[in-house]
Amino acid sequence: MRLTINGKEETIEKNSVTVAQLLTEMNVEMPDMVSVELNGDFLERENYDGIEVQENDRVEFLYFMGGGSLIG
Amino acid sequence: MITINKKIAERLFEQAKEGLPNEVCGYLAGKDGEVHEHYELENIDKSPEHFSMNPKEQFRAVKDAREKGYEILSCYHSHPETPARPSEEDIKLAYDSKIIYLIISLAGQNQEMKAFEIKDKNVKEIEVVIK
Repeated sequence: MRLTINGKEETIEKNSVTVAQLLTEMNVEMPDMVSVELNGDFLERENYDGIEVQENDRVEFLYFMGGGSLIG
Repeated sequence: MITINKKIAERLFEQAKEGLPNEVCGYLAGKDGEVHEHYELENIDKSPEHFSMNPKEQFRAVKDAREKGYEILSCYHSHPETPARPSEEDIKLAYDSKIIYLIISLAGQNQEMKAFEIKDKNVKEIEVVIK
C-alpha cells in the first residue's frame, strides 16, 4: 500500500492497516504520545485502533510537545 | 549548535514577556542548524508552570515549514521564573530525541536562552549562536 507519510511517499507491505498498526510499522517510539492527522483531519488518540488507513492516504504524525518549569 | 538570527531571538524574548505569567511555546524551523522561521504556538495549558503545544497548530507549523523547504529544528518554551535548564518534567516529556529543546528564561536579571539535546533522559547542552 502506498501512502504519503509526513510529506514523503512510503510503501508498506500490508494491504490493510489501522493507524495504531501503522505507527508500529513505522517504528514510532512512544506511539501513545503521537498526534495524527489523516488526510488533513485531526484524529483523537482513542480512535487510532479503529481507523483504517487506505491506499494513497496522507498521514501526518508528530510528537506531543510539553513540559514545565515547576522544578527548574 | 543552533544558529538563530537576532530578530527571531529578540522576538522569542518578547513573546515570553507578552505571555506572562504563563509559559509560551513554539517551533523553530530552518536548515542545516540555522533557524529561518519561527512559529508561536498556543500553550493549551495556559499555565505559569507547564506547557503543552496545541497539536493542531503543530501540524500547521510543520506543514508550512516543509512547504518552505525547512525542517523543524527546535521546540522552545519559556520559564517565567526559573533558570534556562530543563526541569524534571521537561526531561520526562522530551519524547522526540531528534529535536533541540530551547528554553527561554526570564528569571531574575539575566534573561537567557539555552538549548539542549535530550535523549533517553540524558541532557546535553548545545551552543546557541545569535547573529
